[in-house]
Amino acid sequence: MPLFQRKNQTTLVVVRGAPSVEERQNVSVGEIADSPSIPSGMWEKCANCGSIVYNEDLLRTNKVCPGCGYHFRLSALKRLELTADEGTLNIFNAELRGGDPLGFPGYAEKVEKMRAATGLDEAIVTAEAQIGGYDCVLAAMDSNFMMASMGYAVGEKFVQAAEKALSKRVPLVVFTASGGARMQEGMVSLMQMAKASGAVSELNAAGVPYIVVLTDPTTGGVTASFAMLGDITLAEPGALVGFAGRRVIEQTTKTSLPPGFQSAEFLLEKGFIDAIVPRNELREALIRLLAFHKGVRP
Amino acid sequence: MSAWDRVLAARDPKRPTAKYYIDQAFDGFFELHGDRLFADDPAIVGGLAWLNGVAVTVIGQEKGVTPREKTLRRFGSPNPEGYRKALRLMEQAEKFNRPVINLVDTQGAYCGVGAEERGQGRAIADNLMRMMALRVPTITVILGEGGSGGALALAVSDRVAILENAVYSILSPEGFASILWKDASRAQEAAETMKLTAGELKALGVVDAVIMEPGGDAKNNPQAAAEAVKAYIAKELETLGKLSVEELVQARRAKFRAMGR
Ligand SMILES: [Zn+2]
Repeated sequence: MPLFQRKNQTTLVVVRGAPSVEERQNVSVGEIADSPSIPSGMWEKCANCGSIVYNEDLLRTNKVCPGCGYHFRLSALKRLELTADEGTLNIFNAELRGGDPLGFPGYAEKVEKMRAATGLDEAIVTAEAQIGGYDCVLAAMDSNFMMASMGYAVGEKFVQAAEKALSKRVPLVVFTASGGARMQEGMVSLMQMAKASGAVSELNAAGVPYIVVLTDPTTGGVTASFAMLGDITLAEPGALVGFAGRRVIEQTTKTSLPPGFQSAEFLLEKGFIDAIVPRNELREALIRLLAFHKGVRP
Repeated sequence: MSAWDRVLAARDPKRPTAKYYIDQAFDGFFELHGDRLFADDPAIVGGLAWLNGVAVTVIGQEKGVTPREKTLRRFGSPNPEGYRKALRLMEQAEKFNRPVINLVDTQGAYCGVGAEERGQGRAIADNLMRMMALRVPTITVILGEGGSGGALALAVSDRVAILENAVYSILSPEGFASILWKDASRAQEAAETMKLTAGELKALGVVDAVIMEPGGDAKNNPQAAAEAVKAYIAKELETLGKLSVEELVQARRAKFRAMGR
């Protein structure tokens, strides 16, 4: 039975059986490192219902399974394109890069490989844009790039996006996705959590709206920093959102996890997000929310 | 000492824990319990105390000493309610203009079903955000293990010091080796790579100071270690006390803003 087909199903039922990040990739969250999942053939297999979906259909639905409504992961550029008003997107800091503070063997090469594979310099893309005519700063993370783990470049680009929103006094809209910390950057990676959270506190103090859209998967240090600090927090259906990886929790507690654990629907039930919005209704939802804020408090 | 030796020293069950430092370096500790939302988390101990005659709020991650206590305190790995208790006490300190002293000793935030249900990520994020803007002086001392975001949630401070043999890392060396090399048995090699020792962290600018452990290891002379921690806190409180609130918060923001540059 297609799980996402009917809107009046209860949310937890919708998610039951949706595979976790690990199950989809057969590795733990931190490990989902590096393989770009860019489709090479004519079709992809839906991770939820198992049906074969043709790329031309995925293109039409913005990577939502036509059978069950499962949301495939979306690239950052596609996300920005779907969200911003046509012709208003102005990407900045595209070439901002991080370093190699541990001199970690193979890291620099791996990053180069990801750059070639994705066409991005790093795992977050930041832009000035209009959404429904409202000026904002828009950012999207890309799980194709080292599972959108947060190292210096991701932290710095997020903070510069927040600073731009602050100086222009326009809302900051961020689509999160992340496997967690960029392990290869060690403590420099951890410090990005403090830096990013600090940037949000400045938005708060100035009354600049900060809207977060959680997408699959958002975990670890990104969850424990800027992803959970939105004035308004939306999520895509079925997105995995949590702090600790499922396997770590199972090992620590020696219990098996309840169905739908760490799904967007679980977070809604527990009170940590405002609404679940399907991908193809997100732009409209953002426009309505931005209207309430009339751009920004004068 | 190799990095791995320090990992072992930091984890040594004989190493003095936060409660020992609270009792030795401070006077008249009055423990305050609970987050006012869900529960009291025994992994975090907090309350009021005197330091050289100055009223402070002191908060520590406590691993426990006896086996029974260790279990009760989940070896110092806090649940969301622990971080929320800490935040409640820090905001109370701000209200009454008391400095905040945080003592870090944890493998990391607790990984459990309840922790996720109650928003571990949100709890940590809230602490990071609020600590960055706290309008009183804040000092963190890393006593033993500084495990990732679970440690950072008490360490967005004006001064972050680390004991000579303590470690502070993105995750455990075992976890690092397991994720990056698919081989947890390479933990020693990971420890040497991760820049998790006091000296390396100071060089990276992640910590502001290294507090030497008299006798080469805090477990050999805990009393002297507590004195060294007390002396550091007293000296830095004096320095920070000379700044205006605006200067204080500005300097803190600037310090973290520059991390990794
Ligand atoms: Zn499907």
